[in-house]
Amino acid sequence: MGNEAIGRGLVEEGCTLAAAYPGTPASEILSSVVAFAKETGAALHTEWSVNEKVACETALANSMAGRRSAVAMKQVGLNVAADPFTRAAYLGVKGGFILIAADDPGPHSSQTEQDSRLFAHFAKTPVFDPSSPREAREMVAEAFALSEKYEIPVVLRPTTRVCHARQNVSCRTPAPREQKACFEKNPGRWVATPQFLTELHRLLNGKLDRIAREETLAPILTPGGCARPRTCIVASGVAFAHASELLDTLGPEGRIDLYQVRLAYPLHQPFIEEIRKRYEKVLVLEETDAVIEMQLGPGGVNGRGSGDVPRQGELTPDVIEEILRKFLDLPAVQAVVAAKKGIRPSLCAGCGHRAAFYAIRDAFPAGIFPSDIGCYTLGMNFGAVDTCHCMGACIAQGAGFYHAYAAGGADFPTIVVTIGDSTFFHAGIPGLINAVFQGARFILVILDNATTAMTGHQPTPQLGVRADGSEGRKVFIPDLVRACGVRHLREIDPYDVEAFTAALKEADSFIRAPEGDIAVLIAGHPCILNRMARQAQAVFAMSITDDCVGCQACIDAFECPAILFDGEQNRAQIDQNRCIGCGVCMHVCPTGAIRAEGGKP
Amino acid sequence: MRQQIIVSGIGGQGGLFVTRILAEAAIERGMEVLTSETHGMAMRGGTVISHVKVGSFTSPLIRTGQADIGLILHAGNLEVHRGFLKPGGVIYMNAAMSGNAEAIDATRIAREHGSLIIANLVLLGFAVGQGRIFCDAATVEAVLKRISPAKQLALNLEGFHLG
Repeated sequence: MGNEAIGRGLVEEGCTLAAAYPGTPASEILSSVVAFAKETGAALHTEWSVNEKVACETALANSMAGRRSAVAMKQVGLNVAADPFTRAAYLGVKGGFILIAADDPGPHSSQTEQDSRLFAHFAKTPVFDPSSPREAREMVAEAFALSEKYEIPVVLRPTTRVCHARQNVSCRTPAPREQKACFEKNPGRWVATPQFLTELHRLLNGKLDRIAREETLAPILTPGGCARPRTCIVASGVAFAHASELLDTLGPEGRIDLYQVRLAYPLHQPFIEEIRKRYEKVLVLEETDAVIEMQLGPGGVNGRGSGDVPRQGELTPDVIEEILRKFLDLPAVQAVVAAKKGIRPSLCAGCGHRAAFYAIRDAFPAGIFPSDIGCYTLGMNFGAVDTCHCMGACIAQGAGFYHAYAAGGADFPTIVVTIGDSTFFHAGIPGLINAVFQGARFILVILDNATTAMTGHQPTPQLGVRADGSEGRKVFIPDLVRACGVRHLREIDPYDVEAFTAALKEADSFIRAPEGDIAVLIAGHPCILNRMARQAQAVFAMSITDDCVGCQACIDAFECPAILFDGEQNRAQIDQNRCIGCGVCMHVCPTGAIRAEGGKP
Repeated sequence: MRQQIIVSGIGGQGGLFVTRILAEAAIERGMEVLTSETHGMAMRGGTVISHVKVGSFTSPLIRTGQADIGLILHAGNLEVHRGFLKPGGVIYMNAAMSGNAEAIDATRIAREHGSLIIANLVLLGFAVGQGRIFCDAATVEAVLKRISPAKQLALNLEGFHLG
């Protein structure tokens, strides 16, 4: 897998510290580093940091001490790490430093389609754009070398189709490399108050000018022959891989000069001049924004600016085929539209989040429900999630909604904020401190499933297990909540729907009392994908009796994948293949037709 | 030899494992392989698809109307992903009724065997048994022996053989 190839590359190239926060499509990079380090006996520090900013800062310091370092995240993680990242370009690095930001055109599993290459351009940092897992692995070596040669941070920007592609990649043995920690004090650089920055900026600009003339980083030409000598395609990333294969399938019509840009910024200066001189018709294919196109200069290029390439969405082979045919004046192919849409994702059968969401919506039908990023965003399917913005935003949104309604002493709806345990660690804490201090009134439900479930079960600090499996000192969420100034805190398993509902009502009374403020409920139930936890819980035999009137309340308000509706018989059915026997749904049926028997662990 | 295969299912059915087996089987036979998978938000019970391209390809994705073979783990996906198949492409589907695809009731077979999670391997075993996929049963068995967790190996092989 692309992420494994990158992880392998980091270990082989002598990375000594790798830090990351999980996020699709980047999550498997760090776990691969851990696995390959174990396999090869390479000594390096690996960590799941609490967020991307912390990961970036930790890795930067390791680089300042002269050691190769890497930090991995999804594209929106770079927003979180933006502060340390943008300054790092000015100050530079010592040991090779790679920031891996995995983009998600489409998007398949993200809140934006942002182009990290554009972010790298903004931060004045060179950025590699791999087209395959194999190339991503090679670029790790090139990025470390470039980073050390110019003492500059370097970005590696794979996309989902590289991260989650599999390909044969040969392995090498890590080369031994002397990398003793040696931090050389230099306040003018590492402290860099404003008086030093103009000079540092000048140095940075000089580095970029020289990198733009590095011969080894020039785009690679696959010549097309003489049929269309004044026409070419410039492509990067997986769009290059798609285009290359498509041109092959077009036969003689596809014989056209094709350039692959590997370093998307700074674009090779002699290449820019050559393109202007040699070609009349140039098509640029890149994801997701016009980074190469912009550097080629205004006008004269077919791409996003000219409307030839869609300005949003993934450049799939089908999309690229359409663009290519139009560009080469070939007949268009008939677009095929899928006969049916797929099934939307949903919380797993037996998920503790579903029980909590059901109780929240049932207790406060007129409530406002800000939520956050993780599996639990799927609570939107049954009306228990009204907002989802960015990591940790829901707590400040809860406060914002309170202030909006309660301004001038007006009545306010019950606001129930839901956030996962990992997201709370990531960015929830500052929001909670602020909300308490500013006198907001809402209920915060921390959905604690003891893992980062959506991205593949990375441990949180509360679990006490580090990335490499070693034991770390546990940091407990209830302690953090109290330390934020919260006075009303309850911990309940949401499977007990009645107790959880009672706790919600009690919390509502608290936030509305004269001396009340924020009430926090920790809804603790382990993720049922954790086999050990699941084996420890009671299993009920679920069935639906003849009392079912076919009202579909269970389908609409609960949406368990194990409850199906049989339209012919006008009644609900339990899909015994998917039911895990959690027993929660028996609370949901208004006619009491869902029956639970047994309950043996 | 060039072959393009789609593996279509819903999150949690083990489509990713089947994809990985096919990729490893290609490597086992010394062939070039490229695959593409769906992870993350797309997985929780939603429709997912993987692409497997064996032979000399550069793009990890299969274009509309280009797949030689479709492995459909969830019958409801047939109409969603059928467009990937080329005219004359073959579909092997996990379904109780056959209709216009070669079908095996992998879910029932797996359940009767006591473990639903091997339905993916039952379908793979069935498909490989038809002889149109690039690899033979012995290659898949070798891959299963190499990549299955020790506890799971016997069950995985049983599932594959049931198909």
